[in-house]
Amino acid sequence: MTMTETEAPAVRRLSTAKALSEGIALEMERDPSVFVMGEDVGAYGGIFGSTGGLLEQFGPTRIIDTPISETGFIGAGIGAATEGLRPVVELMFVDFFGVCFDQIYNHMAKIHFESGGNVAVPMVLMMAVGGGYNDAAQHSQCLWASFAHMPGMKVVVPSNPYDAKGLMISAIRDDGPVIYMFHKGVMGLPWMAKNPRSIGPVPEEAYEVPIGKAAVVHPGTDVTVVTVSLSVQHCQDVAEKLDGEGISAEVIDLRSLVPLDREAVLTSVAKTGRLLVVDEDYKSFGLSGELAATIAEQDPSMLRAPFARVTYPDVPVPYARSLEQAALPGRERIEAAIRSLVRA
Amino acid sequence: MDGAQRVAFYRQMVRIRTYEETIRANYHADKTPAWDIGAGLVPGEMHLSAGQEPVAVGLCAHLRDDDAITGPHRPHHLALAKGVDMKRMTAEIYGRVDGLGRGRGGHMHLFDPSQHFSCSGIIAEGMPVAVGQALAFSRKGTDAVAVAVAGEGAANQGAFHEALNLASLWKLPVVFVIEDNDWAISVPRPSSTSISSNAPRAAAYGMPGERVEGNDVEAIHDACGRAVSRARAGDGPTLLEIHTVRLWGHFEGDAQAYRGEELAVAESHDPIPAYEAKLRADGLLDDASVAAAKADAQAEVDAAVAFALASPVPDPSTLSDYVFA
Repeated sequence: MTMTETEAPAVRRLSTAKALSEGIALEMERDPSVFVMGEDVGAYGGIFGSTGGLLEQFGPTRIIDTPISETGFIGAGIGAATEGLRPVVELMFVDFFGVCFDQIYNHMAKIHFESGGNVAVPMVLMMAVGGGYNDAAQHSQCLWASFAHMPGMKVVVPSNPYDAKGLMISAIRDDGPVIYMFHKGVMGLPWMAKNPRSIGPVPEEAYEVPIGKAAVVHPGTDVTVVTVSLSVQHCQDVAEKLDGEGISAEVIDLRSLVPLDREAVLTSVAKTGRLLVVDEDYKSFGLSGELAATIAEQDPSMLRAPFARVTYPDVPVPYARSLEQAALPGRERIEAAIRSLVRA
Repeated sequence: MDGAQRVAFYRQMVRIRTYEETIRANYHADKTPAWDIGAGLVPGEMHLSAGQEPVAVGLCAHLRDDDAITGPHRPHHLALAKGVDMKRMTAEIYGRVDGLGRGRGGHMHLFDPSQHFSCSGIIAEGMPVAVGQALAFSRKGTDAVAVAVAGEGAANQGAFHEALNLASLWKLPVVFVIEDNDWAISVPRPSSTSISSNAPRAAAYGMPGERVEGNDVEAIHDACGRAVSRARAGDGPTLLEIHTVRLWGHFEGDAQAYRGEELAVAESHDPIPAYEAKLRADGLLDDASVAAAKADAQAEVDAAVAFALASPVPDPSTLSDYVFA
């Protein structure tokens, strides 16, 4: 009987949440110094599913539910990391960083530098970001630029299951602190509307997705669309639609904000001559401005149309659906911006 | 306590005081005629620990190399008593490449992994880090302990309360030491804290709490011994508040007008002459041994300063080094 040997294996499809937690599980199996702590990471499995099944597999000594005490347990993660463990710490919502940011930017991010490289902080701080489900001003923000602005932390922002697993494995293996931001809308949760792209093929084995390397997720020639996280899915949808009309958009998923793969952006813009940045974070002083500056510093004449951006406006996230949907960088705004750019 | 240990305490306190006096003199030496905080061989803020030596010496006598300390912005006494290399520490304070942090940290950010020593300039924020070090020790199955040291002003910060709760909840080998020097920069303790002792706050977190009066190295040593033993035995954390004295300003250049008559009272409570008198009375010190203690300390400190001055300043081309591991 050789039939089974020649049979192609079924492509396994996972949600982003499942892929992410599988990445953690594989590293925990490989490396006993890895452990997880945060609010509701145990029996609940993470409010957005990031630690589903881990308590059952590894028990409460390695999957640790914490009190609502973010300064306390993020600081404890830092201390454990400086003593050689590899904590994966969850801050439930990025919006909560206001109660614990000192540990993050003054300690986690600076200890390696202040110690002249003598003390490493190999720690992952993961957190849910993003809106679109009417959770209002304090539970819907992205805020990745706030982290990316301050030196000493890598920042990764996956958009799909494959990258979620590979970036988590890379983040755990990194010898420095990594901020891992997963958008609730890409997790593939059964209780939230989702794009089919939030469930996708994921290899069973461990693999790394390199931190700081962008991916061209939709090749094109007319316009470069640079984005991250849930907006990648929207941009892919729009690019596929426009393909049928002869508008060829190249969509770049940065995947990491720190380090920022400026080269990937420059290479694409050199080809297309047009740049649109789509960002669910606030408009001003953020990713879109940074990428505009990147072009301006390199060669402003690369652009044959003015730089364009579709971002969250500089307004707190409103509750009412009509207002929030108008503010989000959705498919309609993206499509209109691309059409306008290629006409320019 | 045997005589040799008492003399060792005295010598260690003299060593720390000599260090602080020397740094103080050097700090001010090249800031004339117009005082400029950013000028000179030792620029920046400088928080010196004169008067608080008994806390560091009494505590660190119980600590091993593999025990950890997270210290505050006023860290020199703790670093020296813990065993941090004086030469590399001094080179760091002078901003030189042979410093503990290759000149990137400065005097509020001293890191010596061989002594598991660190400090932070943000009030109380080192306390959760000590909890995490204790968590790591306990997961690794060692009996090492982590000590978090902070001033009395820190006990009104959230990080203090979060750290105490976590350490007690997880029964971790942590000793929390509050150095009460009566002043949070210019704010006296009665204006900042609703109770006269922080020791009762320990009860809120299910751990023993003890306040030690008198700034006496032997009484401090006893109290720290109980707390460290308890942690090492796996019985959980302890909160100690040690009433000490800040002989000098919050930072160098602080004119301390706010202290009024209290300053003279504080200066009359210098713990080192008091301890010296006690040991002389007990026949453990005499003029010769006192002079030797001071001369030995000065020689070591002078060698550390010479080491620092001989070390190069960091090359600006290395500015971006060590941002990432």
